[in-house]
Amino acid sequence: MSILVFAEHDNSTLKTETLKTVAAAQAIGGDITLLVAGYNCQSVVDTASKVNGVSKVLVANNAVYEHQLAENVSLLILELASDYEHIIATALTTGKNFMPRVAALLDVTQISDIISVESSDTFVRPIYAGNAIATVQSLDSKKLITVRATGFNAVATDGNAEVITLNIETEANVSSHVSDELTKSERPDLGAARVVISGGRGMQNGENFKLLDGIADKLGAAIGASRAAVDAGFVPNDMQVGQTGKIVAPDLYIAVGISGAIQHLAGMKDSKIIVAINKDPEAPIFQIADYGIVADLFDALPELESKL
Amino acid sequence: MKVLVPIKRVIDYNVKVRVKTDHSNVDLANVKMAINPFCEIAVEEAVRLKEAGTATEVIVISIGNKSCQEQLRTALALGADRAIQIETDESLDSLNIAKLLQKIVEEEQPQLVILGKQAIDSDNNQTGQMLAALTGMPQGTFASLVKVEGDKVNVTREVDGGLQTLALKLPAIVTTDLRLNEPRYASLPNIMKAKRKPLVVKAAADFGIDLAPRTKLIKVTPPAIRQAGVVVETIDELVEKLKNEAKVIS
Repeated sequence: MSILVFAEHDNSTLKTETLKTVAAAQAIGGDITLLVAGYNCQSVVDTASKVNGVSKVLVANNAVYEHQLAENVSLLILELASDYEHIIATALTTGKNFMPRVAALLDVTQISDIISVESSDTFVRPIYAGNAIATVQSLDSKKLITVRATGFNAVATDGNAEVITLNIETEANVSSHVSDELTKSERPDLGAARVVISGGRGMQNGENFKLLDGIADKLGAAIGASRAAVDAGFVPNDMQVGQTGKIVAPDLYIAVGISGAIQHLAGMKDSKIIVAINKDPEAPIFQIADYGIVADLFDALPELESKL
Repeated sequence: MKVLVPIKRVIDYNVKVRVKTDHSNVDLANVKMAINPFCEIAVEEAVRLKEAGTATEVIVISIGNKSCQEQLRTALALGADRAIQIETDESLDSLNIAKLLQKIVEEEQPQLVILGKQAIDSDNNQTGQMLAALTGMPQGTFASLVKVEGDKVNVTREVDGGLQTLALKLPAIVTTDLRLNEPRYASLPNIMKAKRKPLVVKAAADFGIDLAPRTKLIKVTPPAIRQAGVVVETIDELVEKLKNEAKVIS
């Protein structure tokens, strides 16, 4: 079997989630090809060629793929699709955007957001915000899949794949990129961080999120937030961890002033170790935390920072 | 400009989901149902476009058995002008839903189709993108801002790193994210008025589309339950346990 995996990147860095998506492809089993579609993305190609388990890297380096517009990328994959039984992308905003478009163009349905592989046509995926786990068999001849990266362990990057340059340009001419407004941060990506510290409504305002900075610096952590904190306007939405935000599963997740609404738990309950800091001993977050401390966060955070 | 809004009837988001004891599916017997929250945001956005004079007519559509008329009436009460129900007793895969919607798009020729980005039951996040592919329209998914300007729509999208704005040629597909708007509550007079708005029923079988299932649900199980751990008394104890017991910090 042949498997095509779409590489997630920003034209400069290959996202670590792709290494986990390749692990999902290995679980399916077959010859794995990575597709790098972008523009001026040589550094991504260099990394991609070292991803273990990958035999070939296809490179579509063209201005029409710079912003990975769904209309253009889906036409590109449509051209390549006949060579593969499985086409796989990471369930991040890029893959979620273009993959169903590819699926419909190929007249197959998509199996979204899988967390494990049962066999080459049967997959496990959360439904109802993770409140139920479905095992689903695809009846289509070609399998189109998006992978929830937290379900898989990243493959190593000491491989040596053959790099093949594609001479393809697919432009639908119906959409164009206007602007990006990306959050600048020196910290690791939420999805890739080994440690995540998140604040909730208990932080009271955006200014108080600075209390998390010192701890995040010491632990090399990413900073997240609950939907309540985002809805209250404390921090921007791209920091949101939860069913409608980012799904994370770091080694250590520290929930500060977060009560533990179902929609937040859906985004972090697969973390290895969960710490809860909350002044309400009845907060549901304590029911899933490995270590809880009932304390006022305004006392606990400075003390924690000083003792790390 | 006509705006088409497909909506889905789902379990109310406040209801705790229970898996059937035979693991065949989740138990939806006697459970409160509602319009999918993302679809409600789509209806609101369409109604606001009409109130702003951009849209001339808002058509809502749902695919399912007779009970989804309840959600169509809700959408009419929120301000949609007329409704279409495509009647079927089957639970259809997203691709088949998109194919049925494609037929309605061909009939109605809307300039904009607004859908929720995903349904909170199946969590697939794919119908809008599939409809875009089938109709050849551009797509603006996970929208937090929609601005129609002449023959284009500018859509600001919530992406992993922040926000991205795209310009799409009309006709186009938009899927909604949570921050696009806050849906209104239907007033009693509008709920009464909605009962008299037109609602047309069409049979799914009459569209001449092969609606055979594309997936088979093997089983549904409850998620693994995470056990509560310990409550520590002091920050010192917490740091000690993280270092020596959990070994997640050094």
